[in-house]
Amino acid sequence: MPLFDQLYNFAHWLTQDRTEAEDLVQEAYMKALKGFASFQLGTNFRAWMYRILRNTFLTSRTGLKAAAMVPLDADDAPELPSGAETPETLLIDHSQHQLLQSAIEALPVHFREVLLLCEVEEMSYQEIAETLTIPIGTVMSRLSRARKALREILKQQIAVS
Amino acid sequence: MHPTTAQLEAFLDGEASTSEMRELDAHLRQCSTCAASVLGHVQVKRAVSTAGKRFSPSPDFRERVRKSIASKPQRSPRRAWLTGAVAVAAMLVVGVIATSVNQHRLQREQVFREIADLHVATLASTNPVDVISTDRHTVKPWFQGKLPFTFNLPELQNSEFTLFGGRVTYLNETPGAELIYQIRKHQISVFVFQERAVGSVMGASSWVTKEASFNLETWGNDELRYFVMGDASADDIRTLVNMLKKAE
Repeated sequence: MPLFDQLYNFAHWLTQDRTEAEDLVQEAYMKALKGFASFQLGTNFRAWMYRILRNTFLTSRTGLKAAAMVPLDADDAPELPSGAETPETLLIDHSQHQLLQSAIEALPVHFREVLLLCEVEEMSYQEIAETLTIPIGTVMSRLSRARKALREILKQQIAVS
Repeated sequence: MHPTTAQLEAFLDGEASTSEMRELDAHLRQCSTCAASVLGHVQVKRAVSTAGKRFSPSPDFRERVRKSIASKPQRSPRRAWLTGAVAVAAMLVVGVIATSVNQHRLQREQVFREIADLHVATLASTNPVDVISTDRHTVKPWFQGKLPFTFNLPELQNSEFTLFGGRVTYLNETPGAELIYQIRKHQISVFVFQERAVGSVMGASSWVTKEASFNLETWGNDELRYFVMGDASADDIRTLVNMLKKAE
């Protein structure tokens, strides 16, 4: 089954629950199968599959709750030049796996998904835009905010531990 | 002027335009603040990529979905069944092609990214080389006893390249050599690893590509795998590659 492992990983990150993730993946495959006629060859298959999965998630109970919790209006706000901040001293290595995983979990769902699509699925901005059905400019600003939020969470966690 | 965080990120995600990349390259070589920031971003990026691959489906579940996909069309009338079967087949073909092509591409890109990280780390380092010498007859013997293989370096007379020095580096837990060359103030890293350090993803073939805006060219002979990376023009990189190939 195409993309099965990756879709499952993504679904589990979204739902944070094994059973829900399984239901989600199964439903997404059924929908994809039914709607395969609507898939146009030459367009991006992966973005299409992820879009189905994600739309299914957003209409589920967990998804509705998660989406309702986060305002999206900050996406287009202007941002500061990086040089104005202190240098990035947050150095992360592989031993801090768990720390990082709980930080990703703590991200609001719209930050979590854009970050995972970029870093884990290694989608291009164009592909992410297709998957989330948002403009590329929004992909960029949302991704930037997601990374900033992740760094903030990590800094707090490191300060506590 | 310092680039914005979004510009740095687009640069690292390989999404900046050629002219933006050139500007950022130039800036990063002068600005240690931004170079350090880039290094931090690269590390978080890589850590997220690893930490994000966290959940895998249980074998039971995989089987259940496979069965439900296979059985569903059979319950429908004959025509629908045919359409269903065609859809499944088509979907599998598209998916399989997409994933297998992707797999190889991803593994290869992973290696390219590691190489880019090594190169950027060298650029950002205050001690970029462990042996400082412009003489290949000093640099090459320095690696003796430090690496489980040996290699030849080209004669640089009558060329614009200068050798700056070298250091031992690691890729996939395998030691290799990193040599720093300069041409018109552009730094170029030449990496030499044993072929097994990169696995089979490269094949025997050569690749010319861009990673994090750097020009990258790689090739392998029977035993060794070379990577030449830097912000010099693709033509300059190519010239150095040819000189290295001649010296092999």
